[in-house]
Amino acid sequence: MIRIALNGRVGDLDLDVAFNAPGEGITAIMGRSGSGKTTLLRAMAGLDRLTGEVTVSGRVWQDATRFELVHKRGVGYVFQEPSLFTHLSVQGNLDFAVKRATKAVDRAEIIDLLKIAPLLPRAVSKLSGGERQRVSLARALLSGPELLLMDEPLSSLDQTARQEILPFIRVVGARVPVIYVSHDPLEVSRLTERVLYLSEGRLSERPAVSLEGLSQAEIEALARQALGG
Amino acid sequence: MIEAIWITLLLAAVTTPVLLIIATPIAWWLAQKGSWIKDVVAAVVALPIVLPPTVLGFYLLVALGPNSPLMAVLQPFGVRTLAFTFTGLVIGSLVYSLPFAVQPIRNAFEAMGSRPMEVAATLRASKWDAFISVALPQARRGFLTAAILVFAHTIGEFGVVLMIGGSIPGQTEVISIRIYQAVEQLNWAEAHLISGGLMAFSFVVLMTMLIIDRRFSARTAGIRP
Repeated sequence: MIRIALNGRVGDLDLDVAFNAPGEGITAIMGRSGSGKTTLLRAMAGLDRLTGEVTVSGRVWQDATRFELVHKRGVGYVFQEPSLFTHLSVQGNLDFAVKRATKAVDRAEIIDLLKIAPLLPRAVSKLSGGERQRVSLARALLSGPELLLMDEPLSSLDQTARQEILPFIRVVGARVPVIYVSHDPLEVSRLTERVLYLSEGRLSERPAVSLEGLSQAEIEALARQALGG
Repeated sequence: MIEAIWITLLLAAVTTPVLLIIATPIAWWLAQKGSWIKDVVAAVVALPIVLPPTVLGFYLLVALGPNSPLMAVLQPFGVRTLAFTFTGLVIGSLVYSLPFAVQPIRNAFEAMGSRPMEVAATLRASKWDAFISVALPQARRGFLTAAILVFAHTIGEFGVVLMIGGSIPGQTEVISIRIYQAVEQLNWAEAHLISGGLMAFSFVVLMTMLIIDRRFSARTAGIRP
């Protein structure tokens, strides 16, 4: 179980959010740019400081009296743009995570899961955008996170690469609970049915909408409605 | 002449690593977003660029000479003066070359941005761990530039070392002063010899460091040269 209650001001945005998510599968948070999606995710990771409570799988990451630093939280984070360490090879990037992992993760299995074995000796600069995000996913998993946060991990990729990587994200979601932030209803509909809507720093009251079985036009209409567009 | 060359190389070889160590935390601190105090500190650090070396040398001479507040602090340790000593020269060089070490390292830290440190934190690296294993290697080129600049700057120093060193052969006489004296005595042969040697040496040092950097970056990035 993941319990989040966070509030505070960041720049112009006044964020006040509370929700629970199950400790498995993918939970998506949708919203327009500027709605506070990234701020919320960063606060959950401890990268930015908001007041409130974050509890993941029974472990308190932050509450009224305590604030665990980012590296003490069992968090994994996949950033919007590929953020592999450029001074290390693919192998080096994975080693970085394995060396500091809080719990043992089967390295060979993860490499197999994301099909990155042929990439291991390569330089980060020699990878395509999709390959980079796959390595980022593997690296995040290898650190043994209790919760994986993904901030629009497909936004820097072209259409082909997006289609290619979506199944990998589903596979990852089956292993570790994921909070997935996106503004793209189609992308989200292919990942999960559990969707929360964020608008101007508030989660909307409406219950999670099932997108299964709807046509693309219907999904887009729903999303426009939900986003107040 | 050999003594002067030895003193100069020793001075540069001591100053460069010591200054890199001093400059790194300053550069890191200045590279973080922050208050107006940073602008003040940045200006103070940059002062040696705009001040005439003689002005800098004069104040250093006052600070390192007997009866200065600094020496009063060091007196109990048996140090009466550092003026006209090799240690004094090192201190002078550190101050004089400080901006040449801080600026490239600061630029490299700023170019890196905050993202790599954030990524490291989400991979369970503490601040210190991330600094050592991510920030330092990412800023590698900044350190190389700083090292080259400081080394070259120290070798070529004239005004400051003349003021606080006093050109004592075997202790504080460096080659830039030696060249000046050779020319004054119309000893053109020696001036030519030292100047030419200095040029060739500087070229070799620069080339070597650039080649090392190329090899190094290729290796760590996973490409076999």
